[in-house]
Amino acid sequence: MVVAVLPPLVLGVLFLAAWQTWIIVSDVQPYVIPRPTDILASFIDDFDLVWRASLVTGMNALVGLVLGSVFGFVVAVLTNRFRFVSEVVNPLAITIAAIPAVVIVGVLNNMYALDSQIPRRIMVTISVFFVVFVQVAKGLRQNDATQMELMRSYAATPFDTLKKVRLPNTMPFFFTGVRTAAPLALIIALVSEYFGGTQNGLGSKISGTLNSSNKALGFAYVLGGALVGLLFFAGSNLLEYLVVPWRRRARSK
Amino acid sequence: METPMTSPSQPAVVVTGLNKIFNHGQPNQVDALVDIDLEVQPGEFISLIGPSGCGKSTLLRLVADLLEPTSGAVTINGKSAHQARVDQDYGMAFQQSGLFEWRSVERNIELPLELKGWDKAKRRERAKEMLELVKLPEFAQHMPWQLSGGMQQRVAIARALASHPKLLLMDEPFGALDEMTREHMQAELLRICAAAGTTVIFVTHSIPEAVYLADRVVVMSPRPGRITEIVNVGLGRGRTELTREAGEFFARVTEVREALRGIEMADAARGIEDR
Amino acid sequence: MSDPVVAKRSGRGRRIAMFVLAFVLVALAWEGYKAVGPKAGGEIFGMRILASTNDRAMPHIWDMLARYSDPEIRGGTETIFVVVLRAAWYSFRCSLAAFAIGSLLGIGLAVLMARFRTFERAVMPYLVISQTVPIIVLAPLIFSLMAYQSRDLAGETWLAAVLLGIFLAFFPVAMGTLRGLRDTPAAPLELMDSYAAGWWKTLWKLRFPNAVPYLAPALRLAGAAAVVGVTVSEISLGVRFGVGRLILSYGQEATSDPPKLYTAVFGAAALGLVMAAVVLGIDRLLMRNRPPEAL
Repeated sequence: MVVAVLPPLVLGVLFLAAWQTWIIVSDVQPYVIPRPTDILASFIDDFDLVWRASLVTGMNALVGLVLGSVFGFVVAVLTNRFRFVSEVVNPLAITIAAIPAVVIVGVLNNMYALDSQIPRRIMVTISVFFVVFVQVAKGLRQNDATQMELMRSYAATPFDTLKKVRLPNTMPFFFTGVRTAAPLALIIALVSEYFGGTQNGLGSKISGTLNSSNKALGFAYVLGGALVGLLFFAGSNLLEYLVVPWRRRARSK
Repeated sequence: METPMTSPSQPAVVVTGLNKIFNHGQPNQVDALVDIDLEVQPGEFISLIGPSGCGKSTLLRLVADLLEPTSGAVTINGKSAHQARVDQDYGMAFQQSGLFEWRSVERNIELPLELKGWDKAKRRERAKEMLELVKLPEFAQHMPWQLSGGMQQRVAIARALASHPKLLLMDEPFGALDEMTREHMQAELLRICAAAGTTVIFVTHSIPEAVYLADRVVVMSPRPGRITEIVNVGLGRGRTELTREAGEFFARVTEVREALRGIEMADAARGIEDR
Repeated sequence: MSDPVVAKRSGRGRRIAMFVLAFVLVALAWEGYKAVGPKAGGEIFGMRILASTNDRAMPHIWDMLARYSDPEIRGGTETIFVVVLRAAWYSFRCSLAAFAIGSLLGIGLAVLMARFRTFERAVMPYLVISQTVPIIVLAPLIFSLMAYQSRDLAGETWLAAVLLGIFLAFFPVAMGTLRGLRDTPAAPLELMDSYAAGWWKTLWKLRFPNAVPYLAPALRLAGAAAVVGVTVSEISLGVRFGVGRLILSYGQEATSDPPKLYTAVFGAAALGLVMAAVVLGIDRLLMRNRPPEAL
């Protein structure tokens, strides 16, 4: 335990100390880079500001994450039996993965009211959808040959085979998708705010304040974003731990 | 539906004029099995042995109706192979245990019964009985990964026997086990099958295993896959660890080995002609 | 025996056809929804979920494409096509630099982590956190820091964009390479030991080649990450020549000239696809002597 925790802890403390010392020694102005202590003070003092912005962006990310995961899973299950559909969806998945897809928000914004959060949520949904879809489709294809033969020897119906073999086998893949998509959802939600619209989320606040002189507040927002990111990370891992208990040992290996 | 009468004299499995050709008519056509005839008596233990590519696993899968024959027929207790599969008249075990890692040992054994629509209490009772049969009663609640390879394979056998089938089809079930565990499992299998009077078709590539288990060893050859010889083992029932050291056992092992060597030499001769 | 080459070729033809078909279907869905959807948007369950379909919100696809041949500014001589192409080319060079530097950095980090356990223990949690935490929002900060350090850099916003691209690109490469270096089978390692080969020799002769199949998919992720990092930073920093900036400024014109925005969006997409093609070429080169199933 000590061996695992000590090196990163030492590194982190050293980094923060170096940061603080550097600012004091070379007399950097606070509007360029704030001291870590000032950031913490700002985070505590203006916690309600950070909290409100985090709530907006976090909600966008969460809605998109849930919708995208559900759609990704359902569509993958449906397309598993129709080669044609997966052949159509796969190129789109490859393309979305390769291009800076978040720029689509610029287009979506025109389709909705100025104060709408829906374009951002749609964008998160799209990004999450393809990540989860690809993983679940992969899981559905990689079935244990012996288990499939066994089900056939029982003359099991396709539905029984789906329920008893394919879906349980797919769950770890699904959660790999969700775990990958969770930080992505937050990043997309943040970046979506760069394209105009209501400026009440973390992304707008960060880019606004980091360009202003109140850098400490900007960093407090960044800290808020980091904490929301960690929350998403931990949440998706916890969910997997609860839903796929038989994988616990395999993963700890 | 009317079930055919099973008289004691009716064979457990009848294979007649069975052919299996993969990729028929294509450049990569493979004659997996040619003109296979085989009759297995109730309670008999048959080993299928031969070099890889001889079609022994294919034959087993045709009996199980996991594959469709190109021509010919398989009957199991007077029923078609398909009907036998739908009725779960046979149990099957593979080289991989194929246990579901998300189900406890007990629930793995219950799987075929669940698919048959048994209620929970009955399933639980049968799983308990099966676990006692394979001598793992205290492991009902364990997860598969908590078991050794040999124990996992015993659970797979328990699962195969859960619906009390008259016929057991096994595809190298002990192939992945170490020699000591393997011999132990062989003795266990004989005990279990003798107790229930189960008919067994057992695919293996181990000569001693084939001889030790079987009443008859069916020797097969590749390209095209066919039966070249059937060796009557004649070691009787109630085989023990001492059987493995008996002169008669070695005589049968030698007989099977020579039958296989004949195939090898014929193969090599053909290889030379081809060139 | 079967002829895998023929089988593969017909498979590829079908794949390309399906690729094209997929985009035709998307285009049809776009025009189809535009034809039947509510002009000013619609409500489901009391929420304004349905997108409005008027020409301002959803221009016709042919209008978008037609805009490429129009002059960029009224009365100008350069067509939008040329402007978008130049911007995409600019961003592509930035992305390529970010990808190359990020990949080398990732490989270097992986080697250090494989060599020094303590280094890995100290760095790994931060690497993981750095990907959980939205680093990308720090672009303005990196820039202001750069500008503070040297007045000469004040105009060079592109450098900040490249730095961010590097930051996003190095992670998958570091992780993939580390896994590859670690997963080297025991038998050849013992063989190298039996030759009394040192750690670095074993690294070069055995661990690196072993890591290549892990590196290939990691590079694919890194390529996409570099493009995202550069484009998004261009948007948040307003890098003057990049395609991200183009999207931002065309977006501001969208009320009067909706199709124009799409020309830049497609430019960004093309940038990503070209990058993917480059990385695929590198993949093929690295994997040329490997068994086909490893691809």
